[in-house]
Amino acid sequence: MIRVQREDFDPAEETNALVADDHGIGGVVTFTGLVREIADLGDGRDEPISAMALEHYPGMTEKMLARIEAEALERWPLSASLIIHRYGDLEPGDRIVFVLTASAHRQAAYEANMFLVDWLKTKAPFWKREDAETGAHWVKARGSDEAAAARWSASPPKAAE
Amino acid sequence: MSEMKILYFAWLRGKTGTGAETIHPPAEISTLGGLVEWLKTRSPGHAEALADLAMVSFAVNQEYAEVGDPVKSGDEIALFPPVTGG
Repeated sequence: MIRVQREDFDPAEETNALVADDHGIGGVVTFTGLVREIADLGDGRDEPISAMALEHYPGMTEKMLARIEAEALERWPLSASLIIHRYGDLEPGDRIVFVLTASAHRQAAYEANMFLVDWLKTKAPFWKREDAETGAHWVKARGSDEAAAARWSASPPKAAE
Repeated sequence: MSEMKILYFAWLRGKTGTGAETIHPPAEISTLGGLVEWLKTRSPGHAEALADLAMVSFAVNQEYAEVGDPVKSGDEIALFPPVTGG
């Protein structure tokens, strides 16, 4: 399942709702992304931020997230999956993104979770703007995110059954 | 005459001064690259936003696209910086 929403979410509630009735699940991995209070300006300087605005491309966002999730379901034997991504105005400490993967065994759940986060960071059309004392700036894409996503293209891992 | 919807996100919206515009480019424009060159002539802000295409990603009808890809009347074309979600 995917959800793109302005509202906050409760990781515990989301997890319970998805796994409570499926006793074939042996492990659940969840990732919760938060707004950091320190901006990495990319040139070695750090700066505290007061707020973040997250913009997205309605329509394409849902399409990309659904495709990424479908890819994970094809590669790993998952019993449940969920991607929630927020948009709009956020503050340091706020939750931005939630990725849940559940499977009979832990390896598939761990790997699929990392895959989903790596891919959504480089393929889902979201853009972060950080507000700091020196003004607002759009966050620059990181080469390390591209590299993290690329390793899943190079050799699709085999999940343990 | 063809008609296309152009969307701009993040700092491209700021520089062009618009988030969405409907345009009527000349019929001979058939690729994304050709369209981008034509968009640059719309305003100094457009020219500035599109000066360095290494900083710009594209989508045609909500699918990632490259400058050599075709565009046609009725397409929705989005221009945006590399994504930074997650």
